[in-house]
Amino acid sequence: MGKTIAEKILSHHADKDLRAGDIAICKVDACFGQDGTSSLIIENFEKLGKKGVFDNTKFCMFIDHSAPSPNIGVSTIHKMMRTFAKKESVKLFDIGQGICHQLMVEKGNITCGDLVLGADSHTCTYGALNIFSTGMGSTDLAIAAASGKNWFKVPETIKILVSGKLPLGVYAKDVILSIIKDITSKGANYMALEFYGNAIKHMSLASRFTMANMCVEMGAKCGLFEADRKVLDWVKSHAKRKPQPVKADENATYAAVKEYDVSSLTPQVSMPHEVDNVASIEAVVGTPIDEAFIGTCTNGRLEDLEIAAKILKNKNLAGHVKLVIGPASRDIFLSAAKKGYIDIFVDSGAVVVAPGCGPCVGTHNGVPADGENVISTANRNFKGRMGNPGAHIFLASPATVAASAIEGKICDPRIFSKRLK
Amino acid sequence: MINRAHRLLKIQDNVNTDYIISGRYKFRIRDPGELAKHVFEDVEEDFYKKIKKGDFLVSGENFGSGSSREQAPLALKASGLKAVIAKSFARIFYRNALNLGLYLLECNTNYIDDSNELELDLEKNVIKNKSKGLNIPFKPIPPLAKKILAEGGMVEYFKKHGGIEVEP
Repeated sequence: MGKTIAEKILSHHADKDLRAGDIAICKVDACFGQDGTSSLIIENFEKLGKKGVFDNTKFCMFIDHSAPSPNIGVSTIHKMMRTFAKKESVKLFDIGQGICHQLMVEKGNITCGDLVLGADSHTCTYGALNIFSTGMGSTDLAIAAASGKNWFKVPETIKILVSGKLPLGVYAKDVILSIIKDITSKGANYMALEFYGNAIKHMSLASRFTMANMCVEMGAKCGLFEADRKVLDWVKSHAKRKPQPVKADENATYAAVKEYDVSSLTPQVSMPHEVDNVASIEAVVGTPIDEAFIGTCTNGRLEDLEIAAKILKNKNLAGHVKLVIGPASRDIFLSAAKKGYIDIFVDSGAVVVAPGCGPCVGTHNGVPADGENVISTANRNFKGRMGNPGAHIFLASPATVAASAIEGKICDPRIFSKRLK
Repeated sequence: MINRAHRLLKIQDNVNTDYIISGRYKFRIRDPGELAKHVFEDVEEDFYKKIKKGDFLVSGENFGSGSSREQAPLALKASGLKAVIAKSFARIFYRNALNLGLYLLECNTNYIDDSNELELDLEKNVIKNKSKGLNIPFKPIPPLAKKILAEGGMVEYFKKHGGIEVEP
């Protein structure tokens, strides 16, 4: 019997033959915490009584969830992280450098075939690089940082085939939202996903990161993509380690096979307060909005900012709308500035904030008021997610969010199709 | 001592970690007892006041979905809850609760109403619903999980065994 990608990567890291359902100890190639989870990692790590981090090149920390710090409590946690990083000689990515998931793919020295753990649920993002990467909690990360290992239950896999050419104004975000609608927020609990098909093949890496990022919204452990030429080029230019691409066997066993044709897909919107509450744009067009947000580990990359800039160029935001834009990393911020996108955003009336997670997790930089509607490119719209349980959050692609910010209400981005060509 | 079931009135399935403890608190409060005062605050005011030590939280499918924040099970444990009983649990939450020594029991929770009196029998894998006179079987806890829970959590387990063992 053949194996899935997840079965192969976990077998390799456990040095034994594993199948879905097996429990094993596996070595990890990289692991990390962020400022929402690191205080508990550090406290637990110190309780374990180990001399130091197992390998100071394989554990790092990111200050991204509240960066720069909005209050004393957070500043105390940041200080604790800086002190720990210095003591253990581990890399700390401090304020303004970006969101952990973008920095891991840019500077994390991770490569195809790796097993990566992060104390953040969206760690599944690097599945786009043919990496088994998954989120765990702080204690699990403390165990990994101390021993270089943790226990894993080998997941079953759902195979997802995405075919067809995406219509103009429809993007990877719309594809993954439509898949989440079908699979539901619990439909892939404890499972791995594997993505194939010509629609995936034609996607940029940034688009694949968007898709892999949201796999956890279906409960999945990871969302794995093949190591094609684009993936190999990326890891060769971003990681020093040699890629070990992993392919599923043709006779691998899958829990299910799902097929999607995206050639007539429309822009999709996830409605309050669940990510899988997805509708096609027509169902919500005209809904008034008070705030719009473009950024996050889902959609804060250069191609996302490029789409937003095309739509916002020489346009003004609707009078009452607040548009917040957060590039996912410092490198992306700089590239966007060089290309003139930042000028376009500021000219339109948008506020560009430091690279980080802030607005998406409700820590600062745009907490909505009671009764306000927000449209965002993030990955979660749970009640209270942006810091106020009285607000309503809609999730959509950068194009839909930018178009809505101009119109002051949820808007079909295809009315700007001339700009999107 | 009588221990009771608590159900959220408005949400039964997909209770996510943002509902358990809002991100507003996770980033600035480190004291578990303080966190516990804010559990389910966005979905039901003053919920924590109902909980007495050893009580049970009862829910539906996919409990604990969403973020990896360990503050969620930490706050639940600090609130005094002995266990969460649900039809199913989200993966990261399951590991986090286990690591902290909070029991998670999977069973058909349709047989448990809010404020029912419950007793847990970990040997026979049943929850006794004394209010209804029902014995509800729960899915046996996997061997490794049982060992971690017996030590009161992963940190204690790791210290005692010097690592993790999965062999039977």
